[in-house]
Amino acid sequence: MPLPPGGAFNNRQPAARSGTNTNDPDRLSPLDLLIFLPIIAAVAMAFGAPARSAALAAAGANLLIALCLAFTFVPGDGFQFEARRAVLNSPAMGFNVGIDGLSLVMVLLTVLVTLAAVWVRPPKEGGEGFWYSSALLIAAGAMGAFVSTDLVFFYAFHELALIPTFLMIGMRGTGNNKDAAWKITIYLGFGSLVLLAGLAWLVVAAAAKGGEMTFDMAKLAAQARGIEGGTQEHIYLTLLIGFGILISLFPFHSWAAPAYASAPAPVAMLHSGVLKKFGLYGLLRVAVPMLPLGQSAEWIQHILIILLLGNILFIGLVTIAQKELDMVLGNSSVMHMGYIFLGIASGNAIGYGGAVLLMFAHGISIALLFALCAAVREKTGTLQFHRLGGMAKGAPVLGLLFGMGAFASIGLPGFANFAGEVNIFFGGFANKSDCGCLGWLEWATILALWGVVMSAVYMLRAYRAVFKGQPGQAVYGVTDIGQDTRIPALLLVAALLITGFFPNLLLDLVRPVVEALAPVSR
Amino acid sequence: MTSTYASIILLFPLFSAAAILLGLKKKANISALVATGSALLTLVLSVLVLNAKEWSSVTLLQWSKVGGLELGIDLKIDQLSSGMMLVVTGVGALVHLFSLIYMKKDAGKARFFAGLSLFMFSMTGIVYSANLAMMFIFWELVGVSSYILIGHWFEKNSAADAAKKAFLTNRIGDFGFMIGILLLWAATREISFDGLSNAVAAGNMAPGLLAAATLCIFCGTVGKSAQFPLHVWLPDAMEGPTPVSALIHAATMVAAGVYMLVRVSFLIEASGWAADVIAWIGGISALLAALMATQQNDIKRVLAYSTLSQLGYMVMACGLLASEAGMFHLFTHAWFKAGLFLGSGAIIYACHHEQDIWKMGGLKDKMPVTFATFGLCTAALIAVPFTSGWWSKEAILEAAYKNDGLLFPIAAGTALLTAFYMTRLFVVVFFGKGRDSHVAGHAHEVPMLMRAPLIILAVLAVLAGFALIAGPVLGDEYAKYSQFHFSVPAIVSILTLALGVGLGLKLYAGRDREPVNIKLFANKFYFDELYAKIVKLCQDSVAAVARVLDGLLIDGVGVGGTRGFANMTGNALRRIQSGNLQGYACLFGAGVLVIVLLALL
Repeated sequence: MPLPPGGAFNNRQPAARSGTNTNDPDRLSPLDLLIFLPIIAAVAMAFGAPARSAALAAAGANLLIALCLAFTFVPGDGFQFEARRAVLNSPAMGFNVGIDGLSLVMVLLTVLVTLAAVWVRPPKEGGEGFWYSSALLIAAGAMGAFVSTDLVFFYAFHELALIPTFLMIGMRGTGNNKDAAWKITIYLGFGSLVLLAGLAWLVVAAAAKGGEMTFDMAKLAAQARGIEGGTQEHIYLTLLIGFGILISLFPFHSWAAPAYASAPAPVAMLHSGVLKKFGLYGLLRVAVPMLPLGQSAEWIQHILIILLLGNILFIGLVTIAQKELDMVLGNSSVMHMGYIFLGIASGNAIGYGGAVLLMFAHGISIALLFALCAAVREKTGTLQFHRLGGMAKGAPVLGLLFGMGAFASIGLPGFANFAGEVNIFFGGFANKSDCGCLGWLEWATILALWGVVMSAVYMLRAYRAVFKGQPGQAVYGVTDIGQDTRIPALLLVAALLITGFFPNLLLDLVRPVVEALAPVSR
Repeated sequence: MTSTYASIILLFPLFSAAAILLGLKKKANISALVATGSALLTLVLSVLVLNAKEWSSVTLLQWSKVGGLELGIDLKIDQLSSGMMLVVTGVGALVHLFSLIYMKKDAGKARFFAGLSLFMFSMTGIVYSANLAMMFIFWELVGVSSYILIGHWFEKNSAADAAKKAFLTNRIGDFGFMIGILLLWAATREISFDGLSNAVAAGNMAPGLLAAATLCIFCGTVGKSAQFPLHVWLPDAMEGPTPVSALIHAATMVAAGVYMLVRVSFLIEASGWAADVIAWIGGISALLAALMATQQNDIKRVLAYSTLSQLGYMVMACGLLASEAGMFHLFTHAWFKAGLFLGSGAIIYACHHEQDIWKMGGLKDKMPVTFATFGLCTAALIAVPFTSGWWSKEAILEAAYKNDGLLFPIAAGTALLTAFYMTRLFVVVFFGKGRDSHVAGHAHEVPMLMRAPLIILAVLAVLAGFALIAGPVLGDEYAKYSQFHFSVPAIVSILTLALGVGLGLKLYAGRDREPVNIKLFANKFYFDELYAKIVKLCQDSVAAVARVLDGLLIDGVGVGGTRGFANMTGNALRRIQSGNLQGYACLFGAGVLVIVLLALL
């Protein structure tokens, strides 16, 4: 796969039209606001600001800022809204921010889910400051990781976001939350270490070829192309495992479902919806463009295909066997990562484009489902299927919104998830085969398609068990959800429908990036 | 102009559904009128499109574009799609009108009409699709509208289960459909029907691949048109309100599978042995379903199996490379089967929602209009000479007679069974005396708004086959089917009709109880039980094993090391932990700092 040197970074140029100037080193960027508004709000809470209002204000402002950025963004014009603040000169490291189409999609995902997550009220009185500030800090960490163009900050922001995640599960979770909190801490801590090793290896190996050591992603990308094939492959594999653990790639997935099941709603929404996408974003931002020989190595592709089929087929079956709503959702979230990996494994722009769409869509839809799942728990006190049923009668709006989330997540056209999946499937068949027969990727795609049937089985079973049929014992006298759940849910549903009807809205942003990652196949 | 009309026909029902969902939901009557108005408008526009005969293609929306793959919402307006649209909007409008009364007092009336509008939108999308991807999109949307409408009375466990079953069975078919689309695209880089047709004509595809792809595409039909072996969902779908059964599960959605086969007839023609498989699946479905229909006691289920059987005919015709005959039967069947279903709806409405035919009886005098219209539609279904069903079934028998020695007896046998089970139904429901005073005793004729659609459909059931009607709708080449000439199929057709009706009268005239008991047929060849067993074995046990494995292997042994490590560090941390939040967070913060420093050094 011959790639132009620089890959996704090769089309960067001073983006004069968007009003930013990359040569001014001390410049502030609107992206800084996206990171620091939530942090400022969290600090203000510590000094007695009303927690909920502060959180909603920060998250709402961020949504507006991100939408403004999206409208002024010029697709295909490389990194924009850049600001560079050097921290160290040698090795080159700085608090540098900037976004291209790929990061912009993740920014939009982050602000949407954040606003929805802080809208959800804590089930019990008290401890509001901790509740809302944790959600905001997770959001700020994720945002920082997505807009950083420096490897160190990219990594550190993600770590920062994990801390409130762990704390919230441990302190405000439900059920077996202490165990779940330790499990996710250890797993993700381990994953982060592997990732750190991989990133360090990448930087060192690149510096050995290109002279000065740098953490600047653009410079690093240019340097890393000099690394020999074998080393590229090994670094790629290390990154795949490191990021993979964070994304719950099979068989490193078992932290995910219990953690999401016991996490408080905003944390389940933000982690499964946004923070988990850090790993996928990292693969597309670091591993794929900087290590093209690793990405195109057949043996790595085969490993990835086997693992992702584990996500889709094995976890699919596991999900079908679940008897509680939160475990179905948690496992389904693990399963759907398999499709995004499939898009990445395809190695072509169609698959990458589909993967990015699905990252966005999955993030929104799983956040929606977790928010509504929390509402079910609050209304009935249980999530066990055998005690539920017929909730759509007493809570029609909850039933309708959950139904939309459920159908979105199983890839119904009209919702963004379908647009992502269908592009991924086409991507699986887009590479010209030499023998005229089906290769690994094509067979994997066919098996993954069977996963679409399986997800319909578990989702419709869950929907049937909770919302349809005769009322279960825990459901008598149940009332519908109030505005505090309706508004965030409607926000997410609207996002899914708009991008589902018009996926080109997102693809227009992403297309130049993914087509630079892989030459257009024709 | 036609492209503007077509766009409106597509989008108006969507707006109607959205309007009901977003604002009108609380006002059920207005919702119903909005949906009905939109259906009538689309009917008028469909007639205009058909009348203008300006065939064109138009891109409504460039939907997705990345990496050289462009998927669009492209409308293809030609004779086939315009004719099919008339069927969809025609039956659709009548069913909307009928539903205004039928669903008058239903608590979920607004939801019901929103579902109907969503269905009209989805079905229109299938009909106007110019490419396979768009067809798949609307294919799935039709599936979800069907799910919503079957499960309309979702508090009933049976309805909730039936809706789920319908969607899942269809998804299995769609699994194959999507693989077929991908195979065709991988080989030709085309997804539009025109592009594919050219590529196939140019011989760009290996024959084996073409046959495989065609069969995969056909899987979509097997699901949507409920063909053997995925036929099990359609009878259960009768849990939905009866107007839904008439519109979706008789006249339009289930016929979409056949419509799709007609659209891709160029594939079937080039696919060699795959065409035989399609013909045989159709023939087997037709015969099996007819056998099952003979022993059903629920009025709607008899009609449901009859629908399966007639769809089998159409699929068989497509497999026999006589897709015109299949389309012709689709056209006539839509009217008379919708008439039969709405008739059964009128009966059920009059009989206080009783559906068991053995509790009815003697309705002939109490519901004369229903009786007459039901009779005419039955005549068309059992192919009484010169009714619409006779012409179209004749065309299919002709094709079977010409092409394959073995399929002809199957088709003829099905015709005999059809005459038999419909005679049984008709005699038991309308003649004799009322067997249950609660059910048939107080029955009386239904209101005007319900009678009018019945009368219109009955008239069409008789006349729709003639060139005067079929010609303008389907195309002038269809005129040849309504010209009578003596042939073996024609004689066989009349003989089977006489035999079937005679047998039915002899066995059922004057009876108050079922004189024949064939368990195998009554229990639908035990397909449901078989599938339930297979699903239970495969899905549930494998899933349970997987869950155990997941817990034991991956958590216990595989990552056991990590877990031990987890407990160890956990204990260690607990010892250090000062018990308050700040200390806890500081510790993690310090950890991050250390990691960042490590990265720097």
